[in-house]
Amino acid sequence: MTSHLTDAELVARCRAGDEQAWAELVERFSRYVYAIAIQGFRLSETDAEDVFQEVFARTYERLDKLRDDSAVKPWIAQLTRNLCIDKLRDRARVEPTEEVDGGKDETLAELDLALTVREALAAVGEPCSDLLDRFFTRDESYKTISERLEIPPGTIASRISRCLVKLRGQIEGRNDDVGPSGVR
Amino acid sequence: MSANAWNEERLGELLRLLRPAPEGWVDAAAQLPRLRAVLDDLVARAESDAAFRAALVADLEATLAREGVEPTPAIVRALALRIR
Repeated sequence: MTSHLTDAELVARCRAGDEQAWAELVERFSRYVYAIAIQGFRLSETDAEDVFQEVFARTYERLDKLRDDSAVKPWIAQLTRNLCIDKLRDRARVEPTEEVDGGKDETLAELDLALTVREALAAVGEPCSDLLDRFFTRDESYKTISERLEIPPGTIASRISRCLVKLRGQIEGRNDDVGPSGVR
Repeated sequence: MSANAWNEERLGELLRLLRPAPEGWVDAAAQLPRLRAVLDDLVARAESDAAFRAALVADLEATLAREGVEPTPAIVRALALRIR
């Protein structure tokens, strides 16, 4: 379920009551929000789920207040960070031995960069996006990928490699000023 | 920056960082608009019909299930807050 709508176009459709667009917005940012909560702030699954649902509930309620539709990504990122910190403070009140960790800037910067790569992957499109997603983020074996995508197992490694070349081209073509370490 | 900085290993590393969120979480968030509509309707009915409100308060989970909404703890909590 990935379209080529820009973030701003997607937000505009959500605001107009398009439920499909809302589902796509959730899909587009779900991994990012999840990663910030789990990797950036090391929340438990239970706390991460609370944060995750609250992020999207508030996003839904406050879309009208977003000043710049194209800024939805940093807006969601900031909202997620704030809610993670609130959650950690709540925990620290209940379990005072726990330190409140404001999230590692390095990790959060890596996640921002990872989202940029993921956006580029969506732009590369099928079959590469599905193939790379299965291999890198779903940890599917060559055998499973071969069965699911009906391609010979012996060609998967070379296909992955070709898709990574395409992905790299997409990133370099559209985002020349962003280095792989996130340094502009 | 080296021309090879976006090498396969680095791209793989970055792709691995954004793993799918649990499907149930994503589905629940995606259903928010529909859920809001159901909750709005339940709250409106509760405000205009005391008997309905009593039944609703007595068993939030059953009411949600009857409306076709899976009564997850978060949804039950949201409804409880609305009819308080």
